Amino acid sequence: MKRVLVSITFFVIIILIWAALTGDLAFLGLDQSLWSPYIMPPPSRVAAYLWDNTVNGKLIVSMGVTLRRLLIGYVIGLVIGVPLGMLAARFRCVQDTLGHLALSFQALPSVCWVPLACIWFGQTEAALLFVVIMGTMWSVLLSTENGIRNVPPIYARAASTMGSSPLHTLVFVTMPASAPFIVSGMKQGWAFAWRSLMAAEIYVAVVSGFGIGQHLHYGRELQRMDQVIGVMFIIILVGLLADKLLFSPVESWLHRRWGTGKD
Amino acid sequence: MQNQNFHEEIHAYPTAKLSVEHVYKEFTNSSGEHVRALEDVSLNINEGEFVCLVGPSGCGKSTLLNIIAGLEKPDSGMALLDGVPITGPGRDRMMMFQEHALFPWLDVIGNVMFGLKQKPNLTDKERLEVAKYYLFLVKMDRFAHANIHELSGGMKQRVALARSLAPNPKILLMDEPFSALDAMTRERLYGDIQDVWDKRRKTIVFVTHNVREAVCLGSRVVLFSPHPGRVRREFPIDLPRPRNINDHDLADMSSLITSELKGYQAAESD
Ligand SMILES: Nc1ncnc2c1ncn2[C@@H]1O[C@H](COP(=O)(O)OP(=O)(O)OP(=O)(O)O)[C@@H](O)[C@H]1O
Ligand SMILES: [Mg+2]
Repeated sequence: MKRVLVSITFFVIIILIWAALTGDLAFLGLDQSLWSPYIMPPPSRVAAYLWDNTVNGKLIVSMGVTLRRLLIGYVIGLVIGVPLGMLAARFRCVQDTLGHLALSFQALPSVCWVPLACIWFGQTEAALLFVVIMGTMWSVLLSTENGIRNVPPIYARAASTMGSSPLHTLVFVTMPASAPFIVSGMKQGWAFAWRSLMAAEIYVAVVSGFGIGQHLHYGRELQRMDQVIGVMFIIILVGLLADKLLFSPVESWLHRRWGTGKD
Repeated sequence: MQNQNFHEEIHAYPTAKLSVEHVYKEFTNSSGEHVRALEDVSLNINEGEFVCLVGPSGCGKSTLLNIIAGLEKPDSGMALLDGVPITGPGRDRMMMFQEHALFPWLDVIGNVMFGLKQKPNLTDKERLEVAKYYLFLVKMDRFAHANIHELSGGMKQRVALARSLAPNPKILLMDEPFSALDAMTRERLYGDIQDVWDKRRKTIVFVTHNVREAVCLGSRVVLFSPHPGRVRREFPIDLPRPRNINDHDLADMSSLITSELKGYQAAESD
């Protein structure tokens, strides 16, 4: 409880400093705004932007467009990454080829795929999806491989004496045994997917839908810093919520059951 | 009213004769040297016998157990179950390991059910009853829904024992199952395992470093010597049961076997 209070106080103070420096606290005599609103708008303007565009539905529609892209790309990334990771853990030749490819591509920030994607797919949804998939699948592949490699061999031996076939062992022993690694890989994959989608939306203007990242891009073009900062808030919020609502419950269940971590 | 199948399952006492015939097994270690883990090992174990294999580290006890379990293949010779050559793992031979090898993603009863689920001719409800019966047998019925990491080392080995017993194998293979436990916990388990052997009438092959443990549990103690791994001598143990590890006759018997064992190690270091 005390830690929550400390945390909340910290953020309130930051917003107050921001408000004080940008003229929002003029009624307290702090009317010296350090920057023009074109460079650093006051919190009230950002809040007004968020409120107006939520009420008129623009942000909601964009959120729908963006989340759809994110989910589709992420799921495709998982569907490709997890099985390939299992193959890489199982077969040395897959590890030496695909595994090393994954290592190299994972070192590449996914925004670097944007120019290629634009040339290959044009200004289309496919280009955005491609970037998201590239952001997701390599990290998922690597963490799946790592997870499966870390399963104690004794589990598979125990299972086979109890009559498990290799397929049964894979599904009922190896997969659950590596679940903590796979879930943390999925979480990392989600974070990468989200980052790469934002990068792609900022660079690629697609006519088939106006995403959150595109609001950020136009905010810059129109010199609307309230819009830019407002959209940044939304991006942070989506990232945090996904973490808290999607992954945290699963992770804490895993920790309780497996007895890892501190709780 | 309990089910017919459940009773049939619980009151079936399958057991088997085991014979190991001229088994050789060689490993190549990471520095390329050949290690003769087993050389011309032959062994006959009767139905319902409790045999303890004792020997210094590296004499191939685990290797022999793995061959009987079907997890490893001998270079030559073979292991036979009721006269039928063993070619792979099977539910008729359950193995209990030094580390408990319980699955942390399942609770206690889930672990006991794992092998049972693959046993045909039982409904899920009957399997649950069977699992509960074995948990009761090892005195872990109160912990059916505990997570594995919440159990003490001794409790984990009890659950592992229940898991190995649950599919009702003919042979129970135990590879130093108590060596990581403290003396007090171990003593209680000695009583319980003798009790289980009495109630379930299994053929048990039990590997240990500890001569006293072997004399306390076994109806026969088989002594191995290392480099290459060989059977050196066998000692029938006729002490009355249930045996207490602190018993006088038991201590005498173990010091006799220990001095024999020391002889091999002395010869080894020459
Ligand atoms: N997979 C393997 N690869 C290489 N060498 C092995 C392998 N398994 C066993 N060995 C060697 O074979 C010999 C016998 O091993 P084993 O594990 O059967 O001995 P043990 O009697 O069970 O010893 P301990 O009492 O220490 O468990 C040892 O020298 C060991 O190094
Ligand atoms: Mg061993």
